[in-house]
Amino acid sequence: MDSLLTNFISPYYIKVFTLVGIYIIIALGLNFISGVTGQLSFGHAAFVSIGAYTAAILTTRWQLPFLPSLLAGGLLAAVVGILFGFPILRLTGDYLGIATLGFGEIVIVIFQNMEITGGTIGLSGIAKHSSFTLVVIIVIFTIWSMYRMQSSRFGRALMAIREDEIAANVMGINTTAYKIQSFGIGSFFAGIGGGLYAHTIQYLNPTDFGFARSFDYLTFVVLGGLGSIPGTVLGTTILTLAPEFLRFVAEYRMMIYGALMVIMMIFRPRGLLGGVNLTKTIRTLKKQKKTPLPGDV
Amino acid sequence: MFWQQLINGITLGATYALIALGYTMVYGIIQLINFAHGEIYMIGAFVGVMAVIVFKVNIFIALLMAIAVCILIGVSVERIAYKPLRRSTRLAPLISAIGVSIFLQTLMTLIAGPQAVGFPQVIDDQLYHIGSVTVSKVQLIILFLASVMMVGLQLIIKYVRIGKAMRAASEDYDTASLMGIDVNRVISFTFAIGSALAAAGGVMVGMYFNSIHPLMGVMAGLKAFCAAVLGGIGSIPGAMLGGLFLGVAEVAGVALGYGGYRDAIAFTLLILVLLFKPTGLLGRPIQRKV
Repeated sequence: MDSLLTNFISPYYIKVFTLVGIYIIIALGLNFISGVTGQLSFGHAAFVSIGAYTAAILTTRWQLPFLPSLLAGGLLAAVVGILFGFPILRLTGDYLGIATLGFGEIVIVIFQNMEITGGTIGLSGIAKHSSFTLVVIIVIFTIWSMYRMQSSRFGRALMAIREDEIAANVMGINTTAYKIQSFGIGSFFAGIGGGLYAHTIQYLNPTDFGFARSFDYLTFVVLGGLGSIPGTVLGTTILTLAPEFLRFVAEYRMMIYGALMVIMMIFRPRGLLGGVNLTKTIRTLKKQKKTPLPGDV
Repeated sequence: MFWQQLINGITLGATYALIALGYTMVYGIIQLINFAHGEIYMIGAFVGVMAVIVFKVNIFIALLMAIAVCILIGVSVERIAYKPLRRSTRLAPLISAIGVSIFLQTLMTLIAGPQAVGFPQVIDDQLYHIGSVTVSKVQLIILFLASVMMVGLQLIIKYVRIGKAMRAASEDYDTASLMGIDVNRVISFTFAIGSALAAAGGVMVGMYFNSIHPLMGVMAGLKAFCAAVLGGIGSIPGAMLGGLFLGVAEVAGVALGYGGYRDAIAFTLLILVLLFKPTGLLGRPIQRKV
């Protein structure tokens, strides 16, 4: 499939679009934690790194097949997320954000001091197992499962926690258990994204997963529209492609990127698609077309 | 050995405390984690170096110049990037702050180049021996200036009109504005003071470590922020305590042979403190209402 695509697009752009897909998977995971459940996380990149390193070590050092390694990376990220979430999710708001930020930095330092991860030199020689097609399939699966979860009883409970935790608790929702589950699920998708990332870029370094990356993911989600699945997809796509389109300004690229973030936030404080219900909008648009205006005969 | 490390830790902690104060004051009033604050500190260090190298001024005049430039930048950042977002969701100004941070980092990299710049030797490296402890002149200057600034800040907040207005705004933003306090002016003033302290911190760290670079604000900003949270964000004595605590802990950790984990020490402490005291050492408990 990928070889077919290369006839039309240069391999470079295929790689860029593969990365867009991977970031969408990761950002949707964060959207589940921060957007749907309302729990601020500044350490999402740490879970990406856990998935990336696990999958990469399993395929390179243990010669395991790719897909089980990918799944193992996701599961380990989820387990770590649950174990870490257990004590930490008692915190709320900014304090939770700060604790997750600290956690993210600790994970990086641990990876830098471990031998199996290659320490500060990083892990190289990872085979290129992921492909654009595979990433697209996983993106579609992720979007589908996110919609399924959000429209289930479980998802509604999470949204109730986001809107008002005490009220949700009084209504009989076990908020702690739900928050931990949400954290685990979000981390799972981060881990899967990480495994795909490792087998696309083929080189891992702990510094690639610092808080700057965590903030990137948070920016994708918030700029797209916190809690909105199409918003997250749109935000991730625009912000991942923006540096590519900004290549003509050369060294001013990141400066403009930063300024763009400020400007977009000022004009759309709730994100590009924040507060927009797509299905509703489309329905009203269709209705407007069908119903004739009183003056028309 | 112990006293020596303690002095080194306090010196480092004093600079963390200076930056932490800016985070804590801003958070106390508008509940914003000002992620661009570390960049203000970095710019302060660069302005200090430029003043010494290009204009060949005395280090204390360079310090004042750094403070002036940083006040200007800090207040303009607030006006441009945060003020329009004051009534929006909590995360919007946060993302805006990250945008400002990226912008300022790149700007300084373009101006000064991506490599580290050496801080010229502006103070002779005279050492003082007190018993078994050796203190350098730079350390003494840092400790002296930092104490003067912190005491000055306490006096402003306690006794000066605008300081009282700051306390009122941090107590209850809306009520303060109804009582006739010009909250916008208070916020500008808060950003000005915070930026001034960060600029001073930047110049001092430059003098102390003899090297500055455009990304120095990132880690220092994060750790100072940790210090602010550790002490209880919104609390000014808390920021000072948190800064000193973190500086001493970090130096102690390195002295005990955990140099590779240096950056993790601050964050581990932070998480541990938050688990047992969810609002920091001197923070007030959060009141939750339905």
